[in-house]
Amino acid sequence: MKIGVVTFPGSLDDVDAQRAVDVAGAEAIALWHDEHDLRGVDAVVLPGGFSYGDYLRCGAISRFSPIMTEVIEAAGKGMPVLGICNGFQILTESHLLPGALLRNDGLKFVCRDQRLRIENTQTPWTSDYADGAEITVVLKSGEGKYVADEDTLDRLEGEGRVVARYLDVNPNGSLRDIAGVSNERGNVVGLMPHPEHAVEDLCGPGVDGLAFFTSAVSQLLRA
Amino acid sequence: MARVVVDVMLKPEILDPQGKAVHGALPRLGVSGVVDVRQGKRFELEVDELSDERLAQIHDIAEKLLSNPVIEDYRVHVEEQA
Repeated sequence: MKIGVVTFPGSLDDVDAQRAVDVAGAEAIALWHDEHDLRGVDAVVLPGGFSYGDYLRCGAISRFSPIMTEVIEAAGKGMPVLGICNGFQILTESHLLPGALLRNDGLKFVCRDQRLRIENTQTPWTSDYADGAEITVVLKSGEGKYVADEDTLDRLEGEGRVVARYLDVNPNGSLRDIAGVSNERGNVVGLMPHPEHAVEDLCGPGVDGLAFFTSAVSQLLRA
Repeated sequence: MARVVVDVMLKPEILDPQGKAVHGALPRLGVSGVVDVRQGKRFELEVDELSDERLAQIHDIAEKLLSNPVIEDYRVHVEEQA
């Protein structure tokens, strides 16, 4: 079981994501943005960070990197893809996910332990969660405000494609408290908070994030 | 040589917190009467020669890379040489 983690110039959380994959019991494979090679992985994680310094728009330049051609093709064939934070931004810029991520309301970079509700446990990244599970993971982003037009939001809600929602407070002004969404098929998931920072008791707010990675492992074993 | 300018602005229905922050600073300069500020981006593309084909290509660049059509509109114009 191999899960690839892509490193772009300016990725920060690639090593944490690799570690989360290891902790979940899969083999983490480092993938490089400048190659057309997925190295035979079964799933891909696009990690957080500030690829290309967030120049132009967050994720806008990474979207055109050679590896993304492969990721987009594989996602189209059903490969599980998880984009975390900057990875989520790259997925919306790639049009693999609808909507966009804007500067937080209040303009402040937000870094906090954030409660979330997992709204959809049918995706390959959330199947190990109980329905309606409430979890706490780290949120750390300056451009995390999820927006889409009303029709798109209604469609996402109607089709159960809101994967996670903010609880207690809406930290960034995201419409309808949306913290994460999936594509139509459910294999591509984007999430603003960071489950990879909550996989071990030693650091972070607990181990609530681990199930994102064990879900993928269980799904791939079943496939 | 010619210069083609692409202006990118957030769509009118998208709230612009940066523009709002700039607007909020105006009273500190003693300025009143400015009712709104929107912040955008300007790209200057220097091209070797101008043709319809080149302009079509720049529209393509503007749509695919320079702007995100989900949240932004763009406008292309050719700048007159001084």
